Amino acid sequence: MKKWNLAAFLLILLTVLGISGCGQQNKVVLNVYNWGDYIDESVIEDFEKQYNIKVNYETFATNEDMYVKIKSGGTDYDVIFPSEYMIEKMINENLLQKLDFSNIPNYALIDDQFKNLDYDPNNEYSVPYMWGTVGILYNKTMVDDPVDSWDILWNEKYAGQIFMLDSQRESIGVALQKLGYSLNTRDVNELQQAKQALIEQKPLVLAYVGDEVKDKMIGGEAALAVVWSGDAIYCKRENPDLEYVIPKEGSNYWFDAMAIPVTSKHKKEAEMFINYLCETEVALKNTDYIGYSTPHAKAKEMLSEELKNDRAAYPLPEDIARCEVYKDLGDFVTEFDKVWTEIMAQ
Amino acid sequence: MVKDIFNRIYLFLIFVFLYAPIAVLIIFSFNNSKSRANWNGFTLKWYLQLFKDPDIKKALYYTVIIAIISSIISTIIGTAAAIGIHNMSKWKKTLVMNITYLPILNPDIVTGISLMILFIFFKVRLGFVSMLLAHITFNIPYVILSVMPKLKQLNKHLYEAALDLGATPAYAFFKVIIPEIMPGIITGALLAFTLSLDDFVISFFTAGSGVTNLSITIYSMARRGVNPTINALSTLMFLCVLILLFIVNKRTSKDANE
Repeated sequence: MKKWNLAAFLLILLTVLGISGCGQQNKVVLNVYNWGDYIDESVIEDFEKQYNIKVNYETFATNEDMYVKIKSGGTDYDVIFPSEYMIEKMINENLLQKLDFSNIPNYALIDDQFKNLDYDPNNEYSVPYMWGTVGILYNKTMVDDPVDSWDILWNEKYAGQIFMLDSQRESIGVALQKLGYSLNTRDVNELQQAKQALIEQKPLVLAYVGDEVKDKMIGGEAALAVVWSGDAIYCKRENPDLEYVIPKEGSNYWFDAMAIPVTSKHKKEAEMFINYLCETEVALKNTDYIGYSTPHAKAKEMLSEELKNDRAAYPLPEDIARCEVYKDLGDFVTEFDKVWTEIMAQ
Repeated sequence: MVKDIFNRIYLFLIFVFLYAPIAVLIIFSFNNSKSRANWNGFTLKWYLQLFKDPDIKKALYYTVIIAIISSIISTIIGTAAAIGIHNMSKWKKTLVMNITYLPILNPDIVTGISLMILFIFFKVRLGFVSMLLAHITFNIPYVILSVMPKLKQLNKHLYEAALDLGATPAYAFFKVIIPEIMPGIITGALLAFTLSLDDFVISFFTAGSGVTNLSITIYSMARRGVNPTINALSTLMFLCVLILLFIVNKRTSKDANE
C-alpha cells in the first residue's frame, strides 16, 4: 500500500514538472483574456496553426474582474477584451499600450461608425470586437400596450411580470433615461431621483436577473425584461413571440474592444492576433457563434438578409442616435454603488 | 404511525430539494437545444463537444491536478502540525489553535486578495505555482482540525509502550501513531480534496496567465450564458463521485464485517 502511494506521488510530481517544462519551448505563447463563451474556439486553433503561435485562452465574467487582474501586475496577458468605459479608465491609468496599426491592416475593414468614439478618441488603443444595445425584450402574447418607452416597466398592469438586470449601471441607467437624464450623470440629485424611481418600481419586479433571464423569457415566465441586444436575438430565435425594442428615451450603446495591456511581452504577436480576428471570414465566424453584432463592415454584408435587417441586431441610425455610450465615472462610481445597495436593501 | 408517515415525507422532501437540481441538470445535458427552457429532443452532442473543448479540458486538468497535489501536501503538513500542536504546553496550544482557526473564519475574498498581494510582493508570477500554494495554504487548517480529535482520543501511553518494547521512535511513530489517527488523516485529505475542487474566490485571485480551473471557467460564462457542455461535465463528475462513494462504502462495510 505504502509503495503504491509513493509511486502515485512520484507520478504526480513528474506531471507537475512536465507542465512547468512545457513553457520552455521556443514557440511564442500568447495569453488572451476574453469574456466567457465569447469566441468561436475553432478560430483560435486556426490561428495557432497558421502563425505557429501557442494561444493560452482564458476567460473572465466582468470588466471589474479583468481590471483587478491587470492592475495587480502579477499577470502578463497580451490581448484583453474590455468594454468601452473600462478602456477609458485603463487608458487614464496608463494600463494600455498604444497599438501599431501598421500591423493591423484589417482595421480598415471596421465600419467607420465605430471609429473615433469617445472612449478612445484618436483610435490609438483599441479595435472594436462586438457591439450592441440595451433594450426591452417583451412577449407579444402577454403585452397589449405599445412598447416604446421605459415607462412600461413602471406600468402596474405588469406587476410581477418584469425582469430587471442585476447590474447596477444598466438598471440605474434605465431609471435615469426614463427621467430624461444622461446615463453618465454626475449629478447626485438626478441619481437620487433615479433611486426613488427604482424603489417605486421594485414591487412590480419579479426578479433582478443575469444570464438566466434568457431561459426565463423563452419559457414565457414574464412579459417584459431588460436585456442586452445579443441575448434578445438569441431569445427571438428560440421563441418567435418575443420582440426587442430600443425605447424612445434612448438606451445604452456599448462596445467590447480588443486592447493590449502594458504588461504584455509579445506586442507584435498580440497585434497579429487582433488583425487575425479582424479578417472577414474570422469575424463572420465569431459573430455567427456569439450572436452579437459585428463592427466589421464586410462581415456584416455577408450575414443573412434576415439578420442584417433585424432592427434588434443592427438598429437603424435613428435608434442609435438616441443612445449613449457609457463613460468612466471615476470616483463617482461609489455614488452608484451606494444607490444600488440602497435599492437592493429595500 | 402518523408520525412515521410524517417522518418519511419529511425525509423525502429533503432528498427532493437536494437532488432535484442535479436531476434537472443531468436531464438537460441530453437536451438538443442550448436553452434550458426548451426541450428539443435527445442528443449526445454536448458530450462530444465536451471532449473536443480545449478550454474545459484544460480547466478540468488543472482542477484535478491541483486538488490532488494540494490535498496530499496539505495532509502531510497538516498531520505533522497537528502532532506538534498536540504535544505543546497548554497556553501555547490554545494560541496556535486560535491562529489555525483564523483562516477558516476569514472570508475567502480576504484570503484570496491577501495571498495575491503576497505573491506579487515576492515576485511570484501568478500561475500554477501560486494557485497550488494558495490551495495548500487554505487546506492545512482543515486537515489540522480533522486530525486533532483523533490525537486527543489516542492513549498517551501507547507510544511509550511501543518504545518500551524496543521500537525506535520513528518505527513507533509510523507503526503505532499513524495507524491510530488514520481515520482523521483520511477525513482531512478528503476534505482538503473537495475544498480544493470547488474553490472559486481564492483560485480566481491567485490563478494567472495560462492556468484556470473549472470554477473560474464556469463563473466567467455567467454573463454570456453557461454552455450546456458544463451540464455534461457535471453529470460525468457526479457519476464519478457516486461510483467512488459506492466503492468506499463497500470497502468499509467489508472491513466492518471482518
